[in-house]
Amino acid sequence: MKNSKSVAFVREGMIDQQPAPASQIGAVRWLKDNLFSSVLNSILTIISLLVIFWVLSGIVPWMFGGVWNASSLSECRDILNERYGNTHYACWAVLTERWQQLLFGFYPAEEIWRAVVAFVLMLVAIAPVLFESVPRKLLWVTIAFPFLMVWLVWGGPIWGPLLVALGFVLFYVSYVVLERKSSTLLALIGSLVIGLVWWMFCVGPLSEALGSALPIGDLERVESRVLGGFMICVIIGLSGIALSLPIGLILALGRQSNLWVVKAICVGFIEFIRGVPLITLLFTASLLLNYFLPPGTAFDLTLRVIIMVTLFSSAYMAEVIRGGLAALPKGQYEAADALGLDYWQSQRLIIMPQALKISIPGIVNTFIGLFKDTTLVMFIGIFDMLGLSNAIRANSAWNGINWELYIFIGLVFWICCFSMSQYSQWLERKLRTGHH
Amino acid sequence: MNKTAFVSALAAAGLVATGAMAQSSGSATLAAVQEHGAVKCGVNTGTPGFAAPDADGVWKGFDIDFCRAVAAAVFGDPEKVEYTPLTSATRFTALSSGEIDLLARNTTWTFSRDVDLKLDFVGVNYYDGQGFMVPKDLGVSSAKELEGATVCIETGTTTELNLADFFRINELDYEPVPVESFTEAQNQFLAGACDVYTTDASALAAARSAFETPGDYVVLPEIISKEPLGPLVRHGDSEWADIVRWSFNAMVAAEELGVTSANAAEMAENGTNSPEINRLLGREGELGAMLGLPNDFALNIITKVGNYGESFEANIGESTTIGLARGLNAQWTDGGLIYSPPFR
Amino acid sequence: MTTMIDPPKAAGFHISQLLYDTRYRSMTIQVIVFLLVMGLGAYLLNNTIINLAAADKDIDFGFLGNRAGYDINQLLIPYSSDSTHWRATIVGLLNTLLVAFLGCILATIIGVVAGVLRLSKNWLTAKIMSFYVESFRNIPVLLWILAFFAVLSEMDRKPRSFRGEDAVNNMWLWDSVAVTNRGTYIPAPIWGDGSALVVITFLLSLLGIWAYGKWSHRRFEATGQILPNFWYKLGIFIVPSLAVFFLLGRPIALSIPEIKGFNFSGGLHIRNSLLALWLALSFYTGSFIAEIVRSGILAISKGQTEAAAALGLRPSRTMNLVILPQALRIIIPPLISQYLNLTKNSSLALAVGYMDLRSTLGGTTLNTTGRELECMLLMMMVYLAVSLTISTFMNVYNNSVKLKER
Repeated sequence: MKNSKSVAFVREGMIDQQPAPASQIGAVRWLKDNLFSSVLNSILTIISLLVIFWVLSGIVPWMFGGVWNASSLSECRDILNERYGNTHYACWAVLTERWQQLLFGFYPAEEIWRAVVAFVLMLVAIAPVLFESVPRKLLWVTIAFPFLMVWLVWGGPIWGPLLVALGFVLFYVSYVVLERKSSTLLALIGSLVIGLVWWMFCVGPLSEALGSALPIGDLERVESRVLGGFMICVIIGLSGIALSLPIGLILALGRQSNLWVVKAICVGFIEFIRGVPLITLLFTASLLLNYFLPPGTAFDLTLRVIIMVTLFSSAYMAEVIRGGLAALPKGQYEAADALGLDYWQSQRLIIMPQALKISIPGIVNTFIGLFKDTTLVMFIGIFDMLGLSNAIRANSAWNGINWELYIFIGLVFWICCFSMSQYSQWLERKLRTGHH
Repeated sequence: MNKTAFVSALAAAGLVATGAMAQSSGSATLAAVQEHGAVKCGVNTGTPGFAAPDADGVWKGFDIDFCRAVAAAVFGDPEKVEYTPLTSATRFTALSSGEIDLLARNTTWTFSRDVDLKLDFVGVNYYDGQGFMVPKDLGVSSAKELEGATVCIETGTTTELNLADFFRINELDYEPVPVESFTEAQNQFLAGACDVYTTDASALAAARSAFETPGDYVVLPEIISKEPLGPLVRHGDSEWADIVRWSFNAMVAAEELGVTSANAAEMAENGTNSPEINRLLGREGELGAMLGLPNDFALNIITKVGNYGESFEANIGESTTIGLARGLNAQWTDGGLIYSPPFR
Repeated sequence: MTTMIDPPKAAGFHISQLLYDTRYRSMTIQVIVFLLVMGLGAYLLNNTIINLAAADKDIDFGFLGNRAGYDINQLLIPYSSDSTHWRATIVGLLNTLLVAFLGCILATIIGVVAGVLRLSKNWLTAKIMSFYVESFRNIPVLLWILAFFAVLSEMDRKPRSFRGEDAVNNMWLWDSVAVTNRGTYIPAPIWGDGSALVVITFLLSLLGIWAYGKWSHRRFEATGQILPNFWYKLGIFIVPSLAVFFLLGRPIALSIPEIKGFNFSGGLHIRNSLLALWLALSFYTGSFIAEIVRSGILAISKGQTEAAAALGLRPSRTMNLVILPQALRIIIPPLISQYLNLTKNSSLALAVGYMDLRSTLGGTTLNTTGRELECMLLMMMVYLAVSLTISTFMNVYNNSVKLKER
């Protein structure tokens, strides 16, 4: 206030640019904005910090102090006792010894490369479906993959899968030929009959004959009993979702249909499946399915589970696709009608390409759900990862080990499911901007 | 829905055609087994000593040896077995539906299972009884002192019913803690989530042997039930039942007659002065042919799997970690109950 | 020329019309589909009959009337091993409903809190919530159930360790709550004579609070006078019930758990199987609900928040009065399907030995009677009925809160 009575102060030059106050820049500013913006926020921050500290202080030493090399739990505990004087540390040695079993079940060790090749092929086959930027030619791998997978995983001569694939070609060709001669519906039924006859009566004897005449690509047969671990989850989940796609499509169309008998049947099926827990369906697969089949047929348990899981996920798939159908503007249906397209043409050319595209995130989410649910097969005696963890603990060497196995299994699932859910969110964002 | 069924049938047909997995079971089980090239044997999902897969996925145990014996009898090769791990809930259905040819999963022979469930028990390969195990520091010396105790028990087994009866008869209160598997039961018991673990005495011993400090736990003297455990087959195929039954009897008879995996081949080669041994090993008579098997079926079992006593000692006997004494399961000549009808 | 458009009626009926005439074609297709489905059904039924005959079995629900012979630990209605299988089924069903009900409540609370906190301005809290949501959503619920159960049963708190003068572990809250590795024991009320009167008074005072709220609101609208709502309501809540309670000479007593023999006795025993199942299902489903709540809130346009701010509402009131009521309409339909999922997932109870419908009817009963077809059919029907009932009720509620479009 010294100058208040003298000449008013007039600044003559510009002040140099000042750095922002310390509280407004860098980490301090960030801390203030994001962590301590109000009293409530500060309390939340402190509570959060305490929670993090409490959790980490318990887990970090346990995890990183663990033992990686030992042949049994007691040996592991001896090492820990020697090293730290107590046993409050992890015994990762169980993973070092059994990781292969957890991933591949009892798959013969010298054949594991086949499972790995099938897995890599699977990634290649899925890529063009998931990402548009991947070369379209890879779609041929996608089409060939199911047959290659069956051949690689179960072994045997390559003729079986090849002839089944040939059946699909036959189906398609006869459909095209028949459609020129008669209506779509008749062609569909006719080609279906031809395909079924081929699959049921020709494939078996032919593949046997070819297998003995030309034993090409004869891999050692692997029984599905020895499949297990992560591999069985992938096989069940993937075949369940792939097979349920066409069924779900038909169910969704049926549910939207004007034909009330068709509609009632589809609604009944969907609501029934969605109303009961998966585990009851799995028990049906293991306990009852053989009752429903003609006497003398006895499917392998894995196949029965795949059938039930397919039925299960097709009901959910139908709902996802129905959502996609409902999300299409009505104008699309009307435009298709205005063009004079019949029902199947408008579905094939106008509706489905758009509806399926919108449904992909939902389909991926259904897959994540199904993939997680494959752990339930443990209850019917299939050795998935959780079932194997039980079997490992039944061994006297690893009796009483829990967390190391749970963490490994959880981590494997988390990596798979998290990356899939990130993908579906990315796709959702992409699709959303696509509409603007 | 017709299309649902169609497409799933189609998918099924496709996979079947690849020969990946499906098999059919004929009425004559033996023919089906021979055509298939292996015996499909239902086993426990994991009980140390009786049936458990090791690190390489190779199944080992007392029940497993029995499966191997049948395979040795049918094929002359004990490795021609396919093991199907079954939970106590799924075992009988798997057998009646033809998924397996033979169930060797420490199953108690009871009236209703034999008669009502339409199964055929072919014999008793282990005489067991339900017992109790408690931690030593609980200070309990008799099951009658278990008033108010928490008891771990595997669900879906006869032990559950025996337990209810025992506590009811003795007018004691208890709290059952049902668990899903043998392994889980041990985990619970070790963690102290229950005071008592009850199951067949043999399984108790197996469990105790696997504990870190077996000395801290005691098995109570009471045996509250008879649990004759045995392999079983479906009703309606007596020829197959005969094969399974006499494969087992061959192992028992071999021990009684002093035939072991070490000396069987030599005895078969040179013959002995005991006609029964000669008949057993296929030197005399046509016993194997009567079963529809090679005449040396018992020789194959004994040389490739061993006799009853050898299998017992190797898997659950006193020299193993399980450490079970023969007890009731000694030969009848040693005061036990193991007894084979004559090979004649 | 009309004959060109309309098919001549007099010309008679051709078989080919069934396929090519749009008037008949839909009928044809429906008849074909119907016949095919019926045929498939008949085929499966026929197979079943043949197979059952081959196995010398029949379909008979009579076994439900037989003695069950096994014990169940958690009972909501009286049951002993002398009761029938049917009663065991009901016990199991009630246990399923109990865990589903408790799970839905806790999952909603967890989900709403996590969903709102994930949008918090506090970076750390938001990240922790993201971590919670992503880790629970992406790991199978069965693994979570087993993990929760392992945590609870491996706690070093055996009932034995509570015994004696220098006990290792102590009960909590003035010796009334015991957390052990077999479950948690909490005090339970003992209903004496006249306790019904206390309960009725309590219910009446709840009604009173509601009536008072209505009245004071109307008064506020009419006169603008604000009454001290909270204190009055608290008074109505406590005073009459307490008065009746003491006037009748304290008819309701508490049974405090105490260690006796091997275990605690008295009080209410919440078993670890129930706790683990309940917590795991709640946290798992909660993570899905959190995402639903978050996207519901995000779906409300920013203009709503800004308008509320312009009106001078505090952030908390903005949330309560503006955002949440609107978000609720978006949230409820997916919430219903989460409730259904939780109910269905409760069938995993068998992993921890919780005696739900799956473990009684579909477990021990099925195993001891060997009637798998009957048990499985009955079980599926019961689950279906439960699912349909829940979705019906929730849909009714959904319709009542739906925006009434005029």
